[in-house]
Amino acid sequence: MKNSLLLTSALALGLASTTANAEPQAEVLHWWTSGGEAAAVKVLMEDFTANGGTWTDMPVAGGGGDAAMTALRARVLSGNAPTAVQLVGPSIQEWFEEGALANINDLAQEEDWDNLLPQPIQYHLKCDGNYCAAPVNIHRVDWIWGNSNILNDAGIEPPKTWAEFNAAAEKLQGMGILPLAHGGQAWQDATLFEAVVVGLGGPEFYKRALVDLDMDALKSDQMVEVFDQMRTLRGYVDDNFSGRDWNLATAMVINGEAAFQIMGDWAKGEFIAAGKEPGKDFTCSSPSNGAYLYNVDSFAFFNVDGEDRQAGQKLLASLTMGKNFQKVFNLNKGSIPARMDVSMDEFDSCGVQSKQDLGAAIEHNALLPSFAHGMAMRGAQAGAVTDVVTAHFNSDMSSEEAVAQLAQAVAASQ
Amino acid sequence: MTDTTLNTMQMNERANRARMWKRITLRFGLYAMLILFALYYLMPLFVMLVTSLKSLDEIRSGALLTLPREVHIEPWITAWSNACTGTTCQGLRPYFWNSVLISVPAVLISTAIGAFNGYVLAQWRFRGSNILFALMLFGCFIPFQVVILPMALTLGALKIAGTIPGLVLVHVIYGIGFTTLFFRNFYVTVPAELLKAAKVDGAGFFRIFFSIFLPISPPIIVVTVIWEFTQIWNDFLFGVSFSQAGTQPITVALNNIVNSTTGVKEYNVDMAAAIIAALPTLFVYVVAGKYFIRGLTAGSVKG
Amino acid sequence: MTDWLEKHVPKLVLMPSLVAIFVFVYGFIGWTAYVSFTRSRLLPKYDLVGAIQYEKLATSPRWEVALTNLAIFGILFILFATVIGLILAIMLDQKIRTEGPLRTIYLYPMALSFIVTGTAWKWILNPGLGIESVFRDLGFENFTFDWLVNPDLAIYTVVIAGVWQSSGFVMALFLAGLRSVDGEIIRAAMVDGVSTPRIYMSIIIPSMAPIFLSSFIVLSHLAIKSFDLVVALTGGGPGYSTDLPATFMYAMAFSRGDIGQAASSATVMMMIVTAIVIPYLYSELRSRHD
Repeated sequence: MKNSLLLTSALALGLASTTANAEPQAEVLHWWTSGGEAAAVKVLMEDFTANGGTWTDMPVAGGGGDAAMTALRARVLSGNAPTAVQLVGPSIQEWFEEGALANINDLAQEEDWDNLLPQPIQYHLKCDGNYCAAPVNIHRVDWIWGNSNILNDAGIEPPKTWAEFNAAAEKLQGMGILPLAHGGQAWQDATLFEAVVVGLGGPEFYKRALVDLDMDALKSDQMVEVFDQMRTLRGYVDDNFSGRDWNLATAMVINGEAAFQIMGDWAKGEFIAAGKEPGKDFTCSSPSNGAYLYNVDSFAFFNVDGEDRQAGQKLLASLTMGKNFQKVFNLNKGSIPARMDVSMDEFDSCGVQSKQDLGAAIEHNALLPSFAHGMAMRGAQAGAVTDVVTAHFNSDMSSEEAVAQLAQAVAASQ
Repeated sequence: MTDTTLNTMQMNERANRARMWKRITLRFGLYAMLILFALYYLMPLFVMLVTSLKSLDEIRSGALLTLPREVHIEPWITAWSNACTGTTCQGLRPYFWNSVLISVPAVLISTAIGAFNGYVLAQWRFRGSNILFALMLFGCFIPFQVVILPMALTLGALKIAGTIPGLVLVHVIYGIGFTTLFFRNFYVTVPAELLKAAKVDGAGFFRIFFSIFLPISPPIIVVTVIWEFTQIWNDFLFGVSFSQAGTQPITVALNNIVNSTTGVKEYNVDMAAAIIAALPTLFVYVVAGKYFIRGLTAGSVKG
Repeated sequence: MTDWLEKHVPKLVLMPSLVAIFVFVYGFIGWTAYVSFTRSRLLPKYDLVGAIQYEKLATSPRWEVALTNLAIFGILFILFATVIGLILAIMLDQKIRTEGPLRTIYLYPMALSFIVTGTAWKWILNPGLGIESVFRDLGFENFTFDWLVNPDLAIYTVVIAGVWQSSGFVMALFLAGLRSVDGEIIRAAMVDGVSTPRIYMSIIIPSMAPIFLSSFIVLSHLAIKSFDLVVALTGGGPGYSTDLPATFMYAMAFSRGDIGQAASSATVMMMIVTAIVIPYLYSELRSRHD
């Protein structure tokens, strides 16, 4: 009902702003190429085609978008930008500053996005106050996934703070069970790091350190404690973690070789693909004491010529925010809808919990952008911080040394 | 026969037998070494093959170098025609042809240019031609990441960004250094008298090339074609930067299948896809390997 | 008119390639050097700001690791690929019965890119999955081969995989060279009773000096360009301990939107390349005075 109203209004808008018959065209650059993700994006493609649009797929996998960003730069420099691009966080605003993005604010206002999206995340999608990107989902990054069997046998509750996690890990180690399955790639180390920052230091500290990049916060004793905890965590992982893909770490938890994994909600997809049920076979809890670290995937719209492509952008934006797409995509992907009025009836218990925690975090000003997944700072700075975190995790660098390097790296990357 | 002669004969016999044993053990050692090395070289291919024939459960639980418990060929079929490379799930098949359209012209053109360049630099030297050769050779060393951005600007200005001819142009340009090197080192071994005699007979530049140099070139042509084809077919960086939907080569598709970040990984399909993508170059190496050596022997590598 | 053409045809034939090289190699290097003096971030900007990018580079711990790794990897890779290639070539030259198939086996890795073989190598070198676990299953309980996950030793695994890929090609170069040594000299030496190893050391190997140079060129080209290899095998890790200038430059340009840093690291890379290549080219040119 409301969905088709939106579609109609989108079409009307598209038609009104063009002459006779512009056929919406969109070439979409993204990196959702595996089975489950591709099926999710296909929903959008089918919606788009059903509304008279032509979707040209341009998938480039790898590195959480590294290769795609290479292709994007080359395309923009050669004057041939794609119509819509999967972009995350501040890079959207960075591209806007280069003059590369288009403005879809008219459509957004028509469809009342300001009231459909959680207020704290809206700024990611706006360039100079105007909407320039459409959100697809809200991923939660700071989850602890646990193997129910192991936890039940050991009499451990899913940990809700780092103190609880450490206690549980010690107990498990005493029983000869590997506490933490970890994949040793830089972004995974960073994922651990930010969960520790917000879990130990609280939302205010996280914001000052990893969003504002405040030197006092970065050099504080609290930060030293954070690195201490990272060193403790290092003691809970097995020796072969280096270079391991994240999903192999999840497999360790699924197979009972390890008790916990700390990973975003896309890990849920692995459990489900292996036939496991949340609550019964695996647990999901957060060590963040009420905070919520999020990652919003979105489609950013680039400056393109031609009414066809501009119409395509508007249609795509509208459909992306459509209830149907938001529901189906996120059911497939493990995240939750960005749009707040989508019913959570079909989502599993971890998804529902994510939504509840989201509401609570908004109320307590504890909804925070994930640094490890590109939401909190620009690429150069995030990279500099990640370098220090991963170097510390993979060596016996002292916490003080790490803090010093952190401050220096951030200063150098400004 | 005297005692001493008998002794000498016995000693000789023993010495001969000792030498024979020494030769046999040396031979044995030689073959053993060769086989050990062969194992080092074959291991990754073995791992890939074996993994591509296993089921996902077996991969998740098992060790690497074991043979599959049951042989599954579905991963191969999936890799060729069903694997998802985005919203299209048609496997590698559609991209195969793109790679052919890019590689074949690029190989032919860069080889032809290299042949003429090598001919000039080896036989028609003029003042400064050696320096020009050195300058061209330097082009072999430029890492491709360095040129992506300026090349994007250039291709955009020429309005061929994202097209197959654009990619062909890029590969030809960066192939010229190597092809020129191969041909020039080959033609340099042809005695200068041959050229002088032909000139005296009244033959011109092109005439001499087609009637004298080209006919002796098959070995080096094979070497050049093999090298260029491998480089171009396996290239990923140019392929991902300068293509768009519809013109992406097979390496981009392979990358999409194998390197998806937040999705479930099907390792058996990944391995099958990797082997399929490598088949043309493997085929070229296995079949033409013999000519490769012959081509190198024919003087191309001498200084 | 036709005389003038005749005289200049060779130069005219060479001209298109020269133009292409000047624009697309030297021109682009110049562009990169120019950009290295700007504050470019996501996209190139053209306002010069002096050498700040180089200053940043000099104080970057990761760049220091990358340069050190280039030295370690470069030297070991070239050394081992050359030595193994030579040994294989000599062995195959001994009238082996299965020379054809063996030669193909040693040569085929060159045909594969690391996007293809990267995962396989990652597994083989992983202690929990690959060689170490195989040996342990066989009963050698204390066998360790965990270089891949050790920040200090991981770079050597890159050497192992790199040598695997390229030594076959070097072998082919040497085999061709061995086969084209003048048979007469060898026969004469054998008649004189010189032992086989001695023949190799004193006659054959020295006569292949040009091939050593050619293989050095090919291998250093591969070492400098090594990108797929590192990305596929270690992703630059553990931490960034296997970073090389090529991967550093790529990360700066494309993952981090810091094109200024990328350009400065690329320029330094090109200067290193020049320092290696110029001596070779000089020796090439010198011996060409005939």
